[in-house]
Amino acid sequence: MNRFFRQIRLGFIAVLVIVWTCLPIYHMIMLSLTPQTAAFAGRLWPDNPSLENYRSALTRGHPFLAHFWEQLLNSVLVALTTCALVLFIASLTSFVLGRLKPRWAPVISNMALFTYLIPSAFVAIPLYRVMGQYGILNHPWSLILALVAFATPYAIWVMRQYAESVPYELDESARVDGATAPQIFWHIYIPLIAPSLVAIGTYALLLAWNEYLYAFLFLSSEAKLTVPVVLGHFTTSDDAPWSLMMASAVIYALPPIALYYSVRRFMVTGLTAGSVKS
Amino acid sequence: MERSSLAHANPNAPGRFGSEAVWGFIFVIPYVVVFVFVVVYPILYGLVLGSNPDSYRKLFQDPIYLKCAWNTLVFLVVGVNLKLLMALFLSGFFYNTEAWIRWVGIIFLLPWAAPSLPSIFSIRWMFNSEWGMINNVLFRLFGIDGPLWLVNPTLAFFLVILTHIWKYLPFWTLILLAGRMAIPKDHYEAASVDGATRVQVFRFITFPALKNLYITSTLLSTIWSVGDFNSVYLLTGGGPWDATHVLSTLGIRYAFNIGDIHTGVATVITALPLVIPIVVVLIRRLGRGE
Repeated sequence: MNRFFRQIRLGFIAVLVIVWTCLPIYHMIMLSLTPQTAAFAGRLWPDNPSLENYRSALTRGHPFLAHFWEQLLNSVLVALTTCALVLFIASLTSFVLGRLKPRWAPVISNMALFTYLIPSAFVAIPLYRVMGQYGILNHPWSLILALVAFATPYAIWVMRQYAESVPYELDESARVDGATAPQIFWHIYIPLIAPSLVAIGTYALLLAWNEYLYAFLFLSSEAKLTVPVVLGHFTTSDDAPWSLMMASAVIYALPPIALYYSVRRFMVTGLTAGSVKS
Repeated sequence: MERSSLAHANPNAPGRFGSEAVWGFIFVIPYVVVFVFVVVYPILYGLVLGSNPDSYRKLFQDPIYLKCAWNTLVFLVVGVNLKLLMALFLSGFFYNTEAWIRWVGIIFLLPWAAPSLPSIFSIRWMFNSEWGMINNVLFRLFGIDGPLWLVNPTLAFFLVILTHIWKYLPFWTLILLAGRMAIPKDHYEAASVDGATRVQVFRFITFPALKNLYITSTLLSTIWSVGDFNSVYLLTGGGPWDATHVLSTLGIRYAFNIGDIHTGVATVITALPLVIPIVVVLIRRLGRGE
């Protein structure tokens, strides 16, 4: 009997959790299947669901989406470049902090911790001006550099935590055999921390793909925008083609969700390891 | 063999370790360069931009600013604590080992895996008081006209907080779940042998073990929530009548909509008396673990 009530209680919580989680997502998909003229009906399910909005989004069927394909490509390029730079910089830095351990290592790790704790929206205004001084406003590099700066501290932290769990003896014996620091880094360190590279790479890709504020501030010409900024333009009027926007939003949301779920196991262990230790 | 014993005999042999020190410097150059140009310099520049006392005078006389400072406080106190309490409760739910609960967990991660913009826009349209799904359902079921969700400042801000919780709840639940997993199982077994109630188990085993993690999470989440621009900007745009701004969106509004970059920076700087003590505490707490 006790077991029975336990199942009832758990089932009740599960239903609440699922409704809470899925409602906005269900609504997004429902609206994307609603013909434009019926978007104002507020139905639970459209009377005549159709894929028309998706066709329209992918064939630039609306002035808002005239450059949709280029903008998708921009998003992909920004995400890939950010990811590569974060992996490059963070693996080198975490190698120094966790393996070479020079006396000045705490200075670097405090720099990283400090950056990690700044709300990035707070630096947005001066950073906008500074990007102007560097002459790269409205260029993808402005967005990429900002993303790299705010993603690396976390990446360094996670990689370093991960590196502590792999044996140090390998480094020692390689040293004894006369290996130089770059050789140890490339042939020993990188293969050992590979699982955390998957987690961090995914983290950086998602962060860059999802970024709205910086992209919206730094990029201005239509052909250089990333997808979230374009989608943001739809809110300028309340009679905007919302169901079309939702279809493009679903197209934009699918790659990160697919990526996240395909490496979920790495993400959960890789990314929570650092936080739980404290 | 001979070489290795030699190396152990003299670990400070010159040359090899000297070159490692040099490589150490070379390897951190990329990080330091990014840090200096994209973090340190913009922050110093921001402090210069925000050093004019007139900006603050102007700010403190602006009723929108006062409303926004209050909103930020409510957002942090209510939003963060509600979110973490829910996460604490749900981490207990997901701790159960039934196979179907793992499936619920997989679905539960969706808000975190999905980009914020599409979901927040979906919520925005759903709560549109004339055409949205929520009020339409309310009308059909009960024949009532639902509330003016995003037109009423209080309700709109309530929805901002719910949106924020919706987005970040999965992350904090995972963190606290990982914390629960780290508690040795035999503590629970011993408690069940002694016939402890669920409340007692939580009070004497789970909570003491999670306390530190819970406090760190609350502080971290507070810092990050101060910077949550999207939940406000994408849901209400700070409206209606600029009544739902928080510091991060109001700063952007001053700097880019009104074109007053000094007041924009000053807006953000007024959060520092709250943010800096938390950062100091966190650096101590997180630095200790390393």
